[in-house]
Amino acid sequence: MIVSVQHYMVVSAILFSLGAIGVLTRRNAIVVFMCIELMLNAVNLTFIALSSHLGNLDGQIFVLFIMTVAAAEAAVGLALMIAFYRNRESIDVEDFNLLKL
Amino acid sequence: MDILQQLFFYVVAFVAVTSGFLVITCRNPINSGITLVMTFFCLAIFYVTLHAPFMAAIQIMVYAGAIMVLIIFVIMLLNLGSSVVIRYRHAVTGAVVASGLMLFQVLIILKQGSVNPVPGSVSAEMVESVGHTELIGKALFTDFMLPFEIASILLLVAIVGAIILAKREV
Repeated sequence: MIVSVQHYMVVSAILFSLGAIGVLTRRNAIVVFMCIELMLNAVNLTFIALSSHLGNLDGQIFVLFIMTVAAAEAAVGLALMIAFYRNRESIDVEDFNLLKL
Repeated sequence: MDILQQLFFYVVAFVAVTSGFLVITCRNPINSGITLVMTFFCLAIFYVTLHAPFMAAIQIMVYAGAIMVLIIFVIMLLNLGSSVVIRYRHAVTGAVVASGLMLFQVLIILKQGSVNPVPGSVSAEMVESVGHTELIGKALFTDFMLPFEIASILLLVAIVGAIILAKREV
């Protein structure tokens, strides 16, 4: 039995769930951000595994665009965190409560 | 040969999942970042075994090179200690249960569903003879021309937005 596409999908599902646990449990905003990157990478692995399985290149182009959006997100998100830290001296997500009634 | 290939897959998958687990359990954000880089490298190895070497190079350059350096730079700039305050116990339990259910659901879908291959034109031999970069470039500049240009605008907006947001007085 050779390594099939299902193996890659299972690894990707496990990584996605780990990222989801991290997003829901951690309170440090940067760690939450890194967990989001982990989830994006799990999706990238799914795209590339299926693209190579189906012999179609479109999935890999999508991965390229996902990486572009992730880079833009990283730049803007980290700038937001720096701005927030300057105001509140903390990046705990429990302190993100300016809009709370 | 097959058993060797499978063994290699399992070793890399084990390292990827273990370092993914360490990302969410490490107390210090720097350690989380370094283990995340390890996960990225494992995924790059997967891309190579999936006959997508250009994607592996991009993965290492963009993710492990650019994005992680940015994140680690910000962690060091903000001088975050390792004083981790975990959420309340019931929140952690709820999150683990929700994610476990999600994983269970995905595994059931994977087990029951099947991918019926309508074989496309791209095969491993073709990638080897033509070159992966050439194939990606050709697709990017013919079928995906408009999304490619929109991505460049998105990056420009991100650059300007990051400078505006992080500037001292707006």
